[in-house]
Amino acid sequence: MKLYHTPIHLLHQQRQKGQVSTLEIAQAVVGRMQATEGQLHSFLSTYPDRALEAAKQADQKQAQGAQLGPLEGMPIAVKDIFAVPGTRTTCGSKYLENFVAPYESGVTGKLAEAGYGLVGKTNMDEFAMGSGTENSAFGPSKNPWDLSKVPGGSSGGSASAVAAGQALAAIGTDTGGSIRQPASFTGIVGIKPTYGRVSRWGMVAFASSLDQAGPMTQDVTDAALLLNAIAGFDPRDSTSAQEPATDFTARLGENLKGKKIGVIKELDLSVADPAVVKVFEANLELLKKAGAQIIEVSLPNIAHAVATYYVIAPCEASSNLGRYDGVRYGERSAEAKNLLELYEQSRDQGLGPEVKLRILLGTFALSAGYYDAYYLKALKVQNLIRAQYKAAFAQVDAIASPVSPTPAFGIGERAGDPLKNYLADAFTIPANLAGIPGISVPGGFAGQLPVGLQLLGEHFGETKLFSLAHAFERELDLQKPPLAL
Amino acid sequence: MQFEPVIGLEVHAQLSTNSKMFCSCANQFGSAPNDQVCPVCLGLPGALPKANHKAIEYAIMLGLATNCQIRFDSEFARKNYFYPDLPKAYQISQFDKPICEHGWVEIETKAGTKRIGITRIHMEEDAGKLVHEGQDPNASYVDLNRAGVPLLEIVSEPDIRNSEEAKAYMEKIHAYVTYLGICNGDMEKGNLRCDANVSIRPVGEPKFGTRTETKNLNSFRNVALAIDFEIARQTDAVLDGAKIVQETRLWDGNLNQSRSLRTKEDSHDYRYFPCPDLPVVRFTPGLVESLKAKLPELPDQKRDRFIQEYGLSHYDASLLTVNKAVSHYFEEATALGANAKAVTNWINGDMARLFNETKTQIEDSKITPAALAKMLARIEDGTISSKIAKTIFEGMFQTGKDPDQLIDEQGLRQVSDEGAIREAVMKVIAANPGQLAEYRSGKDRLFGFFVGQVMKETKGKGNPAVINQWVKELLDQG
Ligand SMILES: [Zn+2]
Repeated sequence: MKLYHTPIHLLHQQRQKGQVSTLEIAQAVVGRMQATEGQLHSFLSTYPDRALEAAKQADQKQAQGAQLGPLEGMPIAVKDIFAVPGTRTTCGSKYLENFVAPYESGVTGKLAEAGYGLVGKTNMDEFAMGSGTENSAFGPSKNPWDLSKVPGGSSGGSASAVAAGQALAAIGTDTGGSIRQPASFTGIVGIKPTYGRVSRWGMVAFASSLDQAGPMTQDVTDAALLLNAIAGFDPRDSTSAQEPATDFTARLGENLKGKKIGVIKELDLSVADPAVVKVFEANLELLKKAGAQIIEVSLPNIAHAVATYYVIAPCEASSNLGRYDGVRYGERSAEAKNLLELYEQSRDQGLGPEVKLRILLGTFALSAGYYDAYYLKALKVQNLIRAQYKAAFAQVDAIASPVSPTPAFGIGERAGDPLKNYLADAFTIPANLAGIPGISVPGGFAGQLPVGLQLLGEHFGETKLFSLAHAFERELDLQKPPLAL
Repeated sequence: MQFEPVIGLEVHAQLSTNSKMFCSCANQFGSAPNDQVCPVCLGLPGALPKANHKAIEYAIMLGLATNCQIRFDSEFARKNYFYPDLPKAYQISQFDKPICEHGWVEIETKAGTKRIGITRIHMEEDAGKLVHEGQDPNASYVDLNRAGVPLLEIVSEPDIRNSEEAKAYMEKIHAYVTYLGICNGDMEKGNLRCDANVSIRPVGEPKFGTRTETKNLNSFRNVALAIDFEIARQTDAVLDGAKIVQETRLWDGNLNQSRSLRTKEDSHDYRYFPCPDLPVVRFTPGLVESLKAKLPELPDQKRDRFIQEYGLSHYDASLLTVNKAVSHYFEEATALGANAKAVTNWINGDMARLFNETKTQIEDSKITPAALAKMLARIEDGTISSKIAKTIFEGMFQTGKDPDQLIDEQGLRQVSDEGAIREAVMKVIAANPGQLAEYRSGKDRLFGFFVGQVMKETKGKGNPAVINQWVKELLDQG
């Protein structure tokens, strides 16, 4: 197995046994990154020197007899939505093309404490709005399984980087599925933690009440290790949860016997690609065979999740993105002759069409006379969905579904059809609305393209969720076909 | 037709917390531009607000002091609009769940005591400032030091009926925030600002007229002037058969007039919604109870104590206590033995007049409470008369000199010497035989004439009591 296709926890074992140095690992990853980036475009900026330097320091530390943490010196990629001093944080937007934040995000601060090596900042849909990185102002990333397909989005660059071995792991963010869907599209593991589990400080906001950062990794164990590093209360984020520190690897290795897996009665699989349904059904069979009980649960309002989400998220976005006004930083129109023109032209030139569309949607839904009909109603439905999930978790340990109704779609295939894109988020959005954790684990293939299985857990139930996902991963023991590069 | 004005005030009080509302930047006045800023108050991407707990306590304190109900599910909301001094393009404020509601304060007017309702008190952050003087005369510059400074907005019910009441209300709010020590109350520095909503309606009409909002009222005087201006403007318009337009007006304190800023048609739609970055403002009933227990003596309590302790009238005690510094001044002077009523009369009389004339306030006074007490002692011990005291007082006000020094310098020591006064009385009687005859034939009111003449003869320094006594004795002798 190539070093760059080896999960971090295994590499960590190998280096502890002296079988490999951290520098060798980093060189392999950086080499792979440089060799494939021209085809994949996973990154918006790369930092090979940082990655190699962190690896050297880890080796030195080990040589001095110190015990290394699992992430020390490991080359990891971070979505270009996190502020890291000395790097540009573009958020996939022309508006922030040259923005360098003078502060460190909570997530990267914790990764730095864990000794990670930043290998690069990954491509994304502009301001995390999209499902294929096609809304990046800097061009789309490619899916390493089929270069004509998208890697998913909005954390598509993180997904393609991890799948292709350009980074050992990556961090993404998930507002309506932006970690889980690209993980599914690229055959990796991605978890959206419970809202509040990971600090949002220094993470550019899209929809503040739904945004959550999480790991995107080669396997479930790595995801638990990374979440160990980035989770925890942050006093700078008032929505950060004051949960006690947990070891998310604590229950890895448990089996599925007697575990209750819910399937949603109201889940409409008729909209899904038959190949995806086939993988999902096979996954359920496997769970059953491994001793799990499959139980039907009812979530009557789940059909309204997409509509609810596409009110709440654009409303918050329309307010969050007001600050990109051309006054203090970022894109500023040179032709503007007065204040109004400065606003209009800077925003027109700096922001892309999907972002403008969502700002308009949100502005409309919040405006006088419409607030009650849209935003307030959406909040009410959100509360219902939350309550229904809570009731469901009284009966089951996790709820299973496909991640996305389709495998990775072709670049340009959905251009000009935002509604189709929005409806494709139907399986991932409910977890964001309910604030619960959701993980995407590779479940199989539809031809050459990976298809993930989604497992949702109860609030702050990540440890159990990892244990279930890990057992599934072991039972499945998926044999992957070769990548396109 | 007779019109009745209907007035409501929105007062903004800058809180004197150490740090800003949602970040740890210093809440300081007078630093170099953009010196007191950080990613949060600059609204940089990814920066998040964290509510200042002290500011929340201050809000609760003012709510308790003004008889409000305190909400336990209070919520921050975003008020969205674009302006260069607003870095996030929204102001974090409160909307339908303000921290305090349904309170009232009492104001003192010439017509008596009146209760003014307080609709709500909510927390919000201040905006920055635009500076129009800089290198490029065609450019505006943005100073964000003030961005994020904690504010309380205190919204009154439309219970105010004239500019006198409005001024008294504003003074009362000033009293509360300064007594509580939650705001420096310096209106020149913008610590306390006011917007006035004014409408008029025919007397007896129950419905409100169309209202206008006049902004930028940064002194008690401007509050009164702007309201009088607006009442007159609206009255003229209605009498001319014109319609009042709902609009926002800006007060110009130099021209003493307001001009229209924007009408309802181009007013902002602020698209308020709950701020997703901040959870519900959580605090326990225990906190409210402990803040209540720690409240200092408040203006009305102090007023009532002054009435009890010093035997002052309700009106006098109200005037003294509506300004914390004045009430301190009063108490310092009386603690030195000065007669409370006399101190009151001097503070509310000559002193208030002089402050008014010189546009100064008690903090600027050159007369210390001790000096006032000393001057009053000189009246009491007969060194000067009350009349001469007025001259001495003005001298003290202007120079800050000791009253004894001024009495000696100006030779104003009162003449109480019985022989000298008897002589002066005899001289006056001798010089006015006609008046004497009239007096003795029954015209008693000529008594005053003789006293006045003797006062003149003694150049105002004669002790009035001694003069009275000798005039009476010598007139009645014959
Ligand atoms: Zn600040």
